[in-house]
Amino acid sequence: MGPMQNLIETKLKAGLTPSYLRVENESHMHGGSALESHFKVTVVAETFTGQRLLQRHRSVNQLLREELQNHIHALAMHTYTPEEWESVGESPASPDCRGGSKHI
Amino acid sequence: MQDMQPEQTQDTEARIREQIAENPVLLYMKGSPKLPSCGFSAQASQALMACGKPFAYVDILQNPDIRAELPRIADWPTFPQLWINGELIGGCDIILEMFQQGELQPLVAEAAPEVDENGAE
Repeated sequence: MGPMQNLIETKLKAGLTPSYLRVENESHMHGGSALESHFKVTVVAETFTGQRLLQRHRSVNQLLREELQNHIHALAMHTYTPEEWESVGESPASPDCRGGSKHI
Repeated sequence: MQDMQPEQTQDTEARIREQIAENPVLLYMKGSPKLPSCGFSAQASQALMACGKPFAYVDILQNPDIRAELPRIADWPTFPQLWINGELIGGCDIILEMFQQGELQPLVAEAAPEVDENGAE
């Protein structure tokens, strides 16, 4: 696991105490040279209960503010309560990048 | 990123606020719905088009000042961003999830401007 992937995991664990957390490095799906540029996170946390998706994503964005500003090009995010996760079971696949530009 | 003069920043912010106020369904994206330049923007605009109502979009690759300013104004770091009735709905993952849950379609239908059924302007 790369240092950025590790850092994302550590920060989300500390900030959300998730019951399930998966951080995937999807940089290989994209043309860029950076090896840790595109990530997908799947987070299941009790704290999301009663929150709209916008609020949940804001919480994650807030925890990763520095990384999003300076290091991460794209972050796919899938947030669930334990109850939702039980009925969904899997997060959707991310789209391929189309090259494009380097910044968020 | 290029530093902008304070007045330029103000102009950009005013422009963004005007766009958000005047377009009930507005997508900030990379590229255009017909020619998106990012997979996330492509998915978002496809879902929006599938709602079958007119919507406005801004290509942030053509508007570097908006690209620089909007994340701060929206308190949202990434693109695409969907705004409906002046409110941030979310990015690609939220748009798709709402579309799949059938929540996006009524939201867009209610907000979208009426289109003349005879097609006359």
